[in-house]
Amino acid sequence: MIATDLTPAESTHDATQVLPPKFEARQLNFYYGQTRALTDINLKFADRSITALIGPSGCGKSTLLRVFNRMYALYPGHRATGEVRLDGESIFAPSVDVASLRYRVGMVFQKPTPFPMSIFDNVAFGLRLAQRISQAQAAERVEAALRDAAMWDEVKDKLSDDARSLSGGQQQRLCIARTIAVQPEVMLFDEPTAALDPISTLRIEEMLQSLRERYCIIIVTHNLQQAARVSNVTGFMYMGELVEIGPTGQIFTAPRNRRTDDYVTGRFG
Amino acid sequence: MSRRRQVRKLGNAVALCLSLLATLIGLLCLGAILWTLIARGLSGMSVQLFTQTTPPPGAAGGLLNAIYGSVIMTVLGMFIGAPIGILAGTYLAEYGRESRLSSVIRFVNDVLLSAPSIIVGLFVYEVLVVRMGHFSAIAGAVALAIIAIPVTVRTTEDMLRLVPQSMKDASTALGAYPWRTITSIAYPAARSGIVTGLLLAVARVSGETAPLLFTALNNQFWSKNLNAPMANLPVVIFQFALSPYKDWQQLAWSGALLITVAILLLSVIARLIISALPGDQGQR
Repeated sequence: MIATDLTPAESTHDATQVLPPKFEARQLNFYYGQTRALTDINLKFADRSITALIGPSGCGKSTLLRVFNRMYALYPGHRATGEVRLDGESIFAPSVDVASLRYRVGMVFQKPTPFPMSIFDNVAFGLRLAQRISQAQAAERVEAALRDAAMWDEVKDKLSDDARSLSGGQQQRLCIARTIAVQPEVMLFDEPTAALDPISTLRIEEMLQSLRERYCIIIVTHNLQQAARVSNVTGFMYMGELVEIGPTGQIFTAPRNRRTDDYVTGRFG
Repeated sequence: MSRRRQVRKLGNAVALCLSLLATLIGLLCLGAILWTLIARGLSGMSVQLFTQTTPPPGAAGGLLNAIYGSVIMTVLGMFIGAPIGILAGTYLAEYGRESRLSSVIRFVNDVLLSAPSIIVGLFVYEVLVVRMGHFSAIAGAVALAIIAIPVTVRTTEDMLRLVPQSMKDASTALGAYPWRTITSIAYPAARSGIVTGLLLAVARVSGETAPLLFTALNNQFWSKNLNAPMANLPVVIFQFALSPYKDWQQLAWSGALLITVAILLLSVIARLIISALPGDQGQR
């Protein structure tokens, strides 16, 4: 059972109460054209913690994630109402530059998406967008990011190889390194291991644990064990609503809502 | 075996035979054309062909001025047409996407794609030749560009659309503005496809006769002046083939073989590029 597999960090999850929230959504609604995909979402994400969003397919988890870096703005007809604050400032304000928002809020997608360039250039891509930086500085930051993503030793001798020659798991860690390199404040993970084998999944989960100390991490996952293993806080979403959010241990062992209970015990979903 | 199944089997056999036959007829025509070209053209192949200009009837000569003119006008035409075509294709694939304007552009582009090339020739004749008062290589290049643009727009859009959206999203998520995503991610990922499209446009354009007939016309002599009529292979072939002189007719055959071989080579190169860069697009 899942309940036996609790996160070791559970006891320290109280970060939620100690630090001011890094990210905060108030009365957030989201529409695809006429269809409402998110209804009155209210929640807070603590800095230096991992929050997992779980729920059946189509419940709005990925949609919610895409609001936080305003990726939805790429598509016509998608719109959000309500309030989302990063460090207390609204990300919907007209004065907000989406590109700078996305430097601060990085995102890793379900499928690995190596760019058609060398491994080094992949990691340096975001860096070079943000500022003019010397080759030496870039090399330094690329190495640091690859170390954080636990793949420096694997690729240090082939940095100029095409990134697409890496295995699927390595590609995904490269994508994470690419996001880390920009030094964002928040990292969004949209089912980062859904397309990977168990060993690659394990490595990425280990990496998440080590990243927790520095980032506010929000992860959408279909894998309940994964949510239980890596997160401090878990939110359960259903039909566009946030049904329940709380310490991961409590959500998996003693959920307050019956629908949450049904979902985490596998009765539906 | 039941009757019904036998009937179906027979139907299948008949369909197979018919489609095979149709393929054979098509290939046979192509083979016959190639064979005639080689048989008639090869005898006129010589160094002279590439070193001397088109002769008056009865004298010795080659196709140098026509080859030069064709190359210059094709290159110039692509120089004008390729950037316009690539940028328009980029708009359709990346910026415009589902917008109303895009569907209008797409429709017009499809119409242009299948428009008879002689109409393009007439158009440029009215717009450029009449106003300038004389035929010119520039007008020829513009006509060729107008033919190259729709082909390039189409292939560029198709190839850019093959680049996975997830890859472009990943770039956007790192804070890249669309133009950066297009130049750094989409173009490199679609490079071989776009280059192939350009080569196919060159192949299409270099064999066009009708648009040049009204624009560049022809020139019996060596001329580098872009503002004057210029010789080119298709029109020379057209004129010489219709002439009553044996040596002119021979030059026309050789010229036709030359164009065919050049286009064949271009297509082969285009295919080699596609296969040499297999990981370039839509692979995952």
